[in-house]
Amino acid sequence: MTASELTLPQTEKKPGRERPRVMGAGKQLHAGPLTYVVLSLFALVSLAPLVWTAIAASRTGQRLAETPPPLWFGGNLFKNMERAWEEAGLGSAMFNTTIVAGAITVSTVVFSTLAGFAFAKLRFRFSNVLLMLTIGTMMVPPQLAVVPLYLWMSDLGWSNQLQTVILPTLVTAFGTFFMRQYLVQALPTELIEAARVDGASSLRVVWHVVFPAARPAMAVLGLLTFVFAWNDFLWPIIALNQENPTVQVALNSLGTGYVPDEAVIMAGALLGTLPLLIAFLLFGKQIVGGIMQGAIKG
Amino acid sequence: MSNSKALAHPASSADAAPGDQPGAAGRAHGRGTPPPPGTSSWRSRLYRWDMKASPYAFIAPFFIVFGAFSLVPLLYTAWYSLHNVQLSNLDGQSWAGLQNYENLLSSDFFWNALWNTFTIGVISTVPQLLMAIGLAHLLNYKLRGSTVWRVVMLTPYATSVAAATLVFVLLYSYDGGMINWLLDFVGIDPVNWRESDWGSQFAVSSIVIWRWTGYNALIYLAAMQAIPADLYESAAIDGANRWQQFIHVTIPQLRPTILFTVVVSTIGATQLFGEPLLFGGVSGSKGGSEHQYQTLGLYMYDQGWIIGNLGKASAIAWSMFLILLIVAAINLLISRRLRKSQ
Repeated sequence: MTASELTLPQTEKKPGRERPRVMGAGKQLHAGPLTYVVLSLFALVSLAPLVWTAIAASRTGQRLAETPPPLWFGGNLFKNMERAWEEAGLGSAMFNTTIVAGAITVSTVVFSTLAGFAFAKLRFRFSNVLLMLTIGTMMVPPQLAVVPLYLWMSDLGWSNQLQTVILPTLVTAFGTFFMRQYLVQALPTELIEAARVDGASSLRVVWHVVFPAARPAMAVLGLLTFVFAWNDFLWPIIALNQENPTVQVALNSLGTGYVPDEAVIMAGALLGTLPLLIAFLLFGKQIVGGIMQGAIKG
Repeated sequence: MSNSKALAHPASSADAAPGDQPGAAGRAHGRGTPPPPGTSSWRSRLYRWDMKASPYAFIAPFFIVFGAFSLVPLLYTAWYSLHNVQLSNLDGQSWAGLQNYENLLSSDFFWNALWNTFTIGVISTVPQLLMAIGLAHLLNYKLRGSTVWRVVMLTPYATSVAAATLVFVLLYSYDGGMINWLLDFVGIDPVNWRESDWGSQFAVSSIVIWRWTGYNALIYLAAMQAIPADLYESAAIDGANRWQQFIHVTIPQLRPTILFTVVVSTIGATQLFGEPLLFGGVSGSKGGSEHQYQTLGLYMYDQGWIIGNLGKASAIAWSMFLILLIVAAINLLISRRLRKSQ
């Protein structure tokens, strides 16, 4: 965007009031009213199910079975949330998920940065092959691992313990590749060399050069990893059960068990999503940037 | 892209690094050369060893985790797929040869699940990616509050599979569901989204579409912003209107990205699991009363953890993997073709 803006002579008109520039990059054209209409439709479809979740969660199960469906909030939101928190175990589930997603996020960010740095800036034998291998591992579906993992975790007596869902995701191929792509262009090789000349060990280089340079990308990777870990589904529902659940396990038992009240289910879905919605509200720009950044180079 | 600017600063902390490295032969020597032997030979040996070993040490965590929790299990899954492994009797495994695979190939449910995976995959992926391209095109205009629009389109991605599906189940319910109620306004009879064949597959697909369209739109948007502006300028000089520019400039330039999203979506569609599971409610692992939307991922879970035949579940997992490899090979062929024809 910036590059193309520079090539065009900038007049002194106030931004936003000028007529669309007809010639030149399509990307520079101002959106017409129709664009806003269509975008608003997309936005409506994106947000309506979430808003309606809150509406449904504020009603009673009985009301939800009637036609027409409720279109505005009722008065039971906090009562239903409390029931979801207590009866459906969402409370302990959210506590567990915070531990799981927190541990996965910290470890993934640190180890991915280390590996990404090695692939981006260090010379070693087979580095290209190993990088291709790393990317290739993203193709392997999790289903290929769950049977042996389940058997081993049972043997270890770890069934239903949180480390079973933390350990397999301590570092990811996506994270490694993401950090590599960032550091290739963001970390000047001269900086590393300068530190080397001064006799800095590799760990010192990592601590004093790589981590400071990688910080913005580490933050974004942390956000993306947290979202992923919070929402991870397949392995947690196999490894854990309702006695020690993560949020997704608790939601799964809400959905597949005999729960009396639909409004409580909606309250549970809302509660389980709320932390991520808040994260999007606070860091939406960074998350969007991270996805777009990972994409260009991917 | 713009981040490179933010990175001018870390130099300062690098300067601080050497301060407490006493006696290192340091500055007198050329860039990157280790201190000479003699001054302190163990130190130089340590340095050289550090230079050689550290890259491997840095990538080791990833490969250890991948090896322990993906690669070795993948091989063991193959091993178990050749055994009779029952959830109720984990110690009583016995050799079964290819029997699990034979059972699969002769099972109607397997072929049904394979076909469902394919049809739901197509219904969910094709409209999703087409809409994502259109949405990206719109987001690429100069917009007021462009960041807000982007974040809004991404919010479904924040919603977990489980939460989203629980909500959609209610929206799609036969009596009193929002969607049938809205259809009633335009004079369409209520659809039995849970039981009907195509209706249930469409409903399951719509959850996937809802969650992923915005995400893919952002990926396309990133690629669109990387298209050089002069391509559009010369197209405009040649008299191409907006639509023609979109078809003749944007789409060809997006080709690698489109291929990338197709591959990723295909991998996702092959593993589809959470949406149909929760859409089915109490007996979700069956994928509907007639198995209308039982996908391969769901079938594997059903066989392994509901019925308790882990050997068969392993065979299903490996079938999924083989299918993915075939799909990947086809993708590779197509992309080669495309590259040649360009």
